[in-house]
Formats: sequence, C-alpha cells, structure tokens
Amino acid sequence: MDRIKKFFSTFLLFELLKGMAVTGRYLFKPKITVHFPEEKTPQSPRFRGLHALRRYPNGEERCIACKLCEAVCPAMAITIDSEQRADGTRRTTRYDIDLSKCIFCGFCEESCPVDSIVETRVLEYHGEKRGDLIYTKEMLLAIGDRYEEQIAKDREADARYR
Amino acid sequence: MEYFQQQFIAIFGAEWGVMLYAFASNMTFIFAIVIPLLLGVAYLTFAERKIIAYMQIRVGPNRVTFFGIPWLRGWGQPIADAVKAIMKEIVIPTGANKFLFVLAPVLAIMPALAAWAVIPFSPELVLADINAGLLYILAMTSMGIYGIIIAGWASNSKYAFLGAMRSAAQVVSYELAMGFALVCVLMMSQSLNLGDIVNGQQGGSFLNWYLIPLFPMFLVYLISGVAETNRAPFDVAEGESEIVAGFHVDYSGMAFTVFFLAEYSNMILVATLTSIMFLGGWLPPIDMAPFTMIPGFVWLLLKIAFILFLFLWFRATFPRYRYDQIMRLGWKVFIPITLIWIVLLGTIMQLPESIRNIFPLSIWF
Repeated sequence: MDRIKKFFSTFLLFELLKGMAVTGRYLFKPKITVHFPEEKTPQSPRFRGLHALRRYPNGEERCIACKLCEAVCPAMAITIDSEQRADGTRRTTRYDIDLSKCIFCGFCEESCPVDSIVETRVLEYHGEKRGDLIYTKEMLLAIGDRYEEQIAKDREADARYR
Repeated sequence: MEYFQQQFIAIFGAEWGVMLYAFASNMTFIFAIVIPLLLGVAYLTFAERKIIAYMQIRVGPNRVTFFGIPWLRGWGQPIADAVKAIMKEIVIPTGANKFLFVLAPVLAIMPALAAWAVIPFSPELVLADINAGLLYILAMTSMGIYGIIIAGWASNSKYAFLGAMRSAAQVVSYELAMGFALVCVLMMSQSLNLGDIVNGQQGGSFLNWYLIPLFPMFLVYLISGVAETNRAPFDVAEGESEIVAGFHVDYSGMAFTVFFLAEYSNMILVATLTSIMFLGGWLPPIDMAPFTMIPGFVWLLLKIAFILFLFLWFRATFPRYRYDQIMRLGWKVFIPITLIWIVLLGTIMQLPESIRNIFPLSIWF
C-alpha cells in the first residue's frame, strides 16, 4: 500500500509541486540582503580590522619597543627596529606591519603591555600596487590619531571583560 | 503595403520590382521578429537572475541603472553583460579544429532563430504560413543538437566532449517523447499548420484548449522541452559541478554568448510552442468582452511569459537529475505514457458519435 501511495505521489508530480510551493513562497518573502555601501552590518567593539598605533594624551607615542608583538605574531608580519632616545627612553625607529601577511588574529593587541598597537573597526582599505599594504610607523600613528576617539571607546567598552 | 510595391515597381521595373519588394518586405518582417527576440533573450537572462535571486531571498542584480534612471536599478545589467562579451577575446585552443570551432555556435543559433519563421503571433501575423509547420519546427529543434555536438568535438577537450555526448543522448531521447506529445496535438487538430492548431482550440473558453484533454501530454511536452533546451534540472550537458561547463567550456567572448543566445531563444521557442499548442496561442481565456478587447498578440506574450516563469521556477527549485535517471525518465516513463495516450485518444476519436455524446467529450472531439 505504501508503495502504491509513493508511486502515485511521484507519478502525479505531487512531490515536485510541494517543492515548487516552497520556492514560490520564498519569492514573496522579504529579502535579507544587506546593501553594502548604503547599509552596514553592526560591528562588535572587539572587531579586528586595520591596525593603529596609539599615543598618550600628552602626544607621546605609547610603544616602548618591547617587541612582544613582533615575537607573538604568527604570520611574522611585524618588523621593529629600536634605539635609545636622548631622554633615555627606548622607542621604535621602525614599526612595519605587512597587511598582506597579517591574519588579523589580534595577538599583537593582546600582547601589548601599554595598549599601543590596536586593531580598529576600519575594514574598507585597499592597496593599488604591490607594497601599498606594508604600513609604516607614520601611517599607523596617523590612523591612531584619526580614530583615537572610537578606539578609546571600544577599549573602555571591553575593559571589564579583560 | 500596396503603395510600397508600386514604388518598387516604379523604380526597378515590373520584373525586378516585385522580386525586390518581396525580398525587402520579408527582410523587414524577419528583423521585426529577430531583434525583439534577441532583446527578449537579454531580458530573460535578467529576469532569470532576478527571479532565482528572489526565490533564494536575495535581491539579484540591482546596480547597473538604465540611462541613469534610479528606479530602473539593475535594468542595464543585460546591456552591460553584452558589452562585456563583445569586448572579450575569442580564444581558439591550439588543439581545436578551427573551422568546426567557429562553425559550432553558428549551427547552434541558426535553427533556434529559423524556427521562428512559422510561429503565428496572431491570426494574420506569421512570416511563413506553411502547412507542415509542426514538422518544420521538429526538424529545426533537432538541428540545434549539431551545434552542441560539433562544439564538443571541435574543442578537443574531454569535458567538452563528455558534455556533447550527454547532450546528444539526452536531446535524442526527449525528442521522441516530445514528438509523440505533438502527435496527440495533431490528432486533435487534424492539421500540421500552427495557425490551424490554434484555431482548433477556439470555442468560447479555456476549456477548449488542448491543455485540458491532453493534460498529461502538456506535462510531457513541458518537461521534455526543459530537457531539450538543456535547462536545469536536466542541465547535465553543462553540469558545472561535474564537467566544468560541458560543451562550451573552451568558448569565450562572443562565441560563448552565441551559445547562450541559442539556449535562451530555444527556451522562448519552447515556451511559445507550448502556449500555441496547449494554451490556445493568441486566444483569450474566456471569449467575452473584457478579454477579447486585449489583442491576441498580448495574450500570446502573457502565455509565453508564464511558461518561461515556470522554466525559471523549475531551475530555482529542483536539484539536477542524475544522468541515468534522466534516461530512465525519458525512455521508461515518458514514451510509454505518450504511447498509451495516443492509443486512448485514437480510440475515443474512432468511437461512434452516439457513444461519444454520452461522455461530456463532445466539446473537444
């Protein structure tokens, strides 16, 4: 009996019609696509995007050239050179991040003892020729200056979970 | 019309004038069919992308505007695609047979366009009102397979060759079922002329269309039509997940686009034939005031659009058939059904008038 039932439901295209009813219903459902440049999906404060180097409120750069980030970086994307400045503090002379190597794991941010290297929410950046994605210290500091307000707010929002 | 003929005779003389006038008027008619057809193909691709996207709760192409009109977002997409295809290089593989490689797309599109010659768009609007129209259509749709086989052979690639083999076997098997389904239509209408087939369905309402008495044949024809045009779920000839793109894997640029045009104009052709043979062509669904006011051509277009929508709906719904399942469906299901229905139909038609009138069959036979 079951076999006869199955035969008729197949032979009379009942199963196919049921499938078409499903797609037919979906034709009129509201569409879930996010229209990217006009609409954006919400981001977490922990979003790991483009890197930035931060400064203290008095304008002094935070980075003390401890090279923990360079050591922890699994993609070996960070290169740091340092020297002793006239006032006796150790600072970087070179801080390069090769964003074409970076895997955006966030380890550099985690390892930093002075919250200097951070990852911002910026995700829309690009390079037009080879080498454009190697960000130098000046560029990273500039990004930090530009987004400092957002960066500080995100750190504060996340502080109680750290 | 008379006026133009007079002009031609005045310019070229009696003998040449008549000939040239016939040539010019036919060419005009041919262009009047082919250009809207190709535009229809372009926008069919757009409709396909949009409808399938909507069924998958996406939005589909919506960026390219048409002449910058903001509410026509996406409508420029087919034109942009065409421009892109024209710009691209046609790469001919080193090992390919150059002559056949170039010939194949031409052979694919030629029958797809030529078949439109006998399609009646309204009672008087038909390019070639020949009596063997149905046979001509069958011949032309069968010719299309040569383009595919030659493309697969000339590419000198195993994927293309596999696609061509699959496509050849599939189209030949479904051609039979399709032919048998059309035999039923021609038994009902007693004519091979497409105009007469539509006129045979006249009689008041959609109940007189061959859709009702030949409903199983309608389904067989529709499904065979999908298989015949190598559309999903019967698209094993292309089968992008199995054999890359099948027979046109080595084609690029405009040569590829010509195959594309052939496939889509075949789709429109099958939809047109289905609406002519089963859905009463240009006839309105009910022969009453508000419906008869709309010209027959519009009714035909609406029916074609509906069948095409079904094609797209099938593609959005069904997964691809396995190859042996396609063959089983063609040979072991469709051909027996059509044969049984032909015998049944013949028996009913041969019954004496008095017995036939007992059953409510008299409106069809």
